[in-house]
Amino acid sequence: MSGQPFRLASGGLIDRAQALDFSFDGKSYRGFAGDTLASALLANGVRLVGRSFKYHRPRGVLSAGPEEPNALVELRSGARREPNTRATVVELFDGLEAASQNRWPSLAFDLLSLNGLLSPALVAGFYYKTFMWPAAFWEKLYEPLIRRAAGLGRAAGLEDPDHYDKAFAFCDMLVIGGGPTGLAAALAAGRSGARVILCDEDFRLGGRLLAEKREIDGKPAAEWLAAALAELESLPEVRIMPRTTIFGLYDHGIYGAVERVGDHLPEPAPRQPRQRGWRIYAKRAILAAGALERPVVFPGNDTPGVMLAGAVRTYVNRYGVLPGRETVLFTAGDDGWATARDIAAAGGKVAAIVDARSDADPVRKGLADKLGARLFVGGVIEGASGGRQLAGVTIRDASGATSSVTCDLLAVSNGWNPTLHLTSHQNGKPVWDDDLHCFVPGTLPAGLSVAGSAAGRFTLAQALEDGARLGREAVAEAGLTPAGAEPVPATDPETAALQPVWRVKGAKGKAFVDYQNDVTDKDVELAAREGFRPVEHLKRYTTLGMATDQGKTSNLAGLAIMAEQTGKTIPQTGSTTFRPPYTPVAIGALAGHHRGKDFRLTRLAPTHGWSKEQGAVFIESGPWLRAQYYPKPGESDWLTTVNREVLAVRSGVGICDVSTLGKIDIQGADAAEFLERVYTNGWKALPVGKARYGLMLREDGFVMDDGTTSGLGESHFLMTTTTANAGKVMQHLEFCHQVLWPEFDVRMVSVSEQWAQASIAGPKARETLRGVLDPEHDISNEAFPYLAARAVTVGGGIPARLFRISFSGELAYELAVPAGYGDAMMRALMRAGAPFGITPYGIEALGVMRVEKGHVAGNELNGQTTARDLGLGKMMSSKKDYIGRLMAQRAALAEKDRPSFVGFKPVDPAQRLRAGAHFIGIGQAAAMENDEGYMTSVAYSPHLKHWMGLGLIKGGAARIGERVRAYDPVRNGDIVVEICSPVFVDPEGARLHG
Amino acid sequence: MRITCPHCGARDAQEFTYLGAADPQRPDGMAATEAAMFDYVYLRENPAGPHRELWYHGAGCHAWLVVTRDTRTHAISAVEPAKNRKAGAAA
Repeated sequence: MSGQPFRLASGGLIDRAQALDFSFDGKSYRGFAGDTLASALLANGVRLVGRSFKYHRPRGVLSAGPEEPNALVELRSGARREPNTRATVVELFDGLEAASQNRWPSLAFDLLSLNGLLSPALVAGFYYKTFMWPAAFWEKLYEPLIRRAAGLGRAAGLEDPDHYDKAFAFCDMLVIGGGPTGLAAALAAGRSGARVILCDEDFRLGGRLLAEKREIDGKPAAEWLAAALAELESLPEVRIMPRTTIFGLYDHGIYGAVERVGDHLPEPAPRQPRQRGWRIYAKRAILAAGALERPVVFPGNDTPGVMLAGAVRTYVNRYGVLPGRETVLFTAGDDGWATARDIAAAGGKVAAIVDARSDADPVRKGLADKLGARLFVGGVIEGASGGRQLAGVTIRDASGATSSVTCDLLAVSNGWNPTLHLTSHQNGKPVWDDDLHCFVPGTLPAGLSVAGSAAGRFTLAQALEDGARLGREAVAEAGLTPAGAEPVPATDPETAALQPVWRVKGAKGKAFVDYQNDVTDKDVELAAREGFRPVEHLKRYTTLGMATDQGKTSNLAGLAIMAEQTGKTIPQTGSTTFRPPYTPVAIGALAGHHRGKDFRLTRLAPTHGWSKEQGAVFIESGPWLRAQYYPKPGESDWLTTVNREVLAVRSGVGICDVSTLGKIDIQGADAAEFLERVYTNGWKALPVGKARYGLMLREDGFVMDDGTTSGLGESHFLMTTTTANAGKVMQHLEFCHQVLWPEFDVRMVSVSEQWAQASIAGPKARETLRGVLDPEHDISNEAFPYLAARAVTVGGGIPARLFRISFSGELAYELAVPAGYGDAMMRALMRAGAPFGITPYGIEALGVMRVEKGHVAGNELNGQTTARDLGLGKMMSSKKDYIGRLMAQRAALAEKDRPSFVGFKPVDPAQRLRAGAHFIGIGQAAAMENDEGYMTSVAYSPHLKHWMGLGLIKGGAARIGERVRAYDPVRNGDIVVEICSPVFVDPEGARLHG
Repeated sequence: MRITCPHCGARDAQEFTYLGAADPQRPDGMAATEAAMFDYVYLRENPAGPHRELWYHGAGCHAWLVVTRDTRTHAISAVEPAKNRKAGAAA
């Protein structure tokens, strides 16, 4: 096996016919299909895979699963570079590029490993102690220094080129974990016809069956596994999802999952996402997530070559990799012995077995003899040496005598912790089990049961029994009839006796509790001495259990050492509350396609195509794209264009799309009464065929929205709202009706999308309109005066609505047609207006004209202004109740010096005004206490040839003629402005009524 | 969370908008004191336990619903249209 010196000659679930080339830190290696990056690195004899977070200590692969704290690598390059991927779960593919993290200048020679020598300064809480003074040094010196020295991988810093998808699934039963327990559960449920989803984070189903040499029904477990998978695949209602991690349990049986669709490929397949975020709605779920093995805390326990004993079995049996030539086993229970047996069976050498238990069991003695291993009963590992590669261990035997044993692999077995994370996502607290020496699930969330190792039932027999029983129970609870029970298959005998060793005492050197955060047993002791004893304090003070692995291998040892320091038991000391996600989830998988411009939907008016043809520049307005202005060739900037559009409207005729305004159709015998309640002004006297401006308050008395509402019939009204507030107003009206006044006979529906609407404004508006209306409609000033609103027809009988309303202050109409006719309407109006030079104008020009006319808009309706503030106090009826009436009368809202609405013009007409500028008395300092209000809107009036502004200033209209400073420190603006009427153009309204 | 809308069935909470307590009754703005209206607008109980609250099914039937939700567990014990409740209370 040239090039893969640690690969076994045969065996394992890898495809030796399919070689895969990959690189690590620029060096090329070869592995096989079915490998993980970790197994391929180990096969190639690569032990050193990373440097630790704080001390830059050399680190190797510890585990073979998602709990890995050490082997974090940067995967891929360029925009696809992904930091902190766990080599133990990265599926190998051809061309994979990986790089080690947190080393400088190289992995083998890391200058910052000097941090280890400085370690007295880097103990728990060192941030708080060392870098206290002087404060100014923090930002400039300490933080960059720490960031350089400590840390994990680097983000790509480029936009992610891949797609992510969101998906939804519904099932009777969700099975979390595809090991023996999960498979038995899925079979029991699937046979009944239940809709089952079986998820496993691994790319191959089988769980520990893939890693162990076990027998089921007298045959190799692989045969049972193959048969189980074949049967599940044959069941039409069973969906098997490998590479899918259930990362969170949410309210009401909703499970969050991430499916790694293309992570095992160099890049995702065409038209496929890289990952898919799932929301799974399950009537019942079974947690069969297995268990995670625990390391032991002893000096040098982080040396590359120290590995969990179960992980060693995974590498030997599943990947055909023997991770060392000479192994020492350090075990606290029966389970570790399987590692010694499997290593020997694979042809490896077991130099010594250190069993921490003091009872001299003859069976174990016999096995050690058979393997040719020295046996240390009641012994411990006191130290591991070798630095970048394990070279030997110091064993202290029961008598206290020490001996050194040469080895390059130390397998550590200290029992397992149930993978119960999901049971705690809904506040369930794990409970301590004295017999099993681990936390087991406590109160379970509704709809979830826990089976097998995840419940502390660690043997294969228990796994198969639990799965079958709970699978059938879950089916019944989901309201289905379980199929007849099949006998639980028999397994080969196993024992799980254990006497865990939390740490080896009386030994010298750094002993790591949390590998990922470089937290040692001394740090936990220090936290205890300094009073950070509650488990949440311990975590925050030492960082134990933080970062990407969330303490999967470290939490319990940390608790145990704290318990020992405080003289309490582990359960008295506490337990960690696990929160989602179980393992890191890419934000992309949560966002799906909702990123960039697709973060939210973009809505296009029915006239959008026409606007585009006219060369419109679009701007977002609420969810809509609206034409901002229509530049013509040769126009150098937006202001030139807008000025042209404004002048064209005021001198001839212009056309503007207003389809995006909210439109709500309100009908019913009590419709007028309903309007009375939601608007401040009166509506009962509104005649059919008339429009009226209405003002709406929130119940707290501040202005919510404005718009016109037209009487289309005795009990039929059409309300318009601002574009941005359309949805909010609809919701508000539904609230007023359904919650406050359900006795009203009224119905309402949004018709915003049903009608396309255009504003035709300017002295030639009537003549233009004449060209599209059917001839029978009289729109003379007498027959169709200002604020008339009526159903008409256009283009030979097409139903339409015509409103004589104006935002620009010109003679203006709004014409509405069914949305499908919107495009045709714009073209017809352009033809009809051509003799008058009709000009399309956008919302910039509209905005200029509304400032010229002193109309309030979004900048003034900002949620902090009252009707009085805006000079609309007269619209507040005193004769009826309406939303906001009473609260608007509060004394503070009626105070005379509240900033209120007026116009502003520069004293020097050449000066530009800026929205946001604050008003300060002339001669007064620019300080908060002299602030009198601010400019809300500004525009350049091509009519007046100077800038004009609208704003809110203390005293308001009473100060017309006075001069103040408009102070704008952000843009170095400080000019003198004169307070004036907000109506700059045609104050008499002659144009409007013409 | 999922809310079982009386009109649309069990739907994801994303389809709904939360407002707040369902029980405060709006006083008549012509007759009420400012203090009574102030209470209605601003003052709310903050119970640890069952809470009757208003949700709007904006991405569904547009119904305002009174949902009884346990604030400690999010368990929902009842959902009814707000409209019915008022009619029932008046009767």
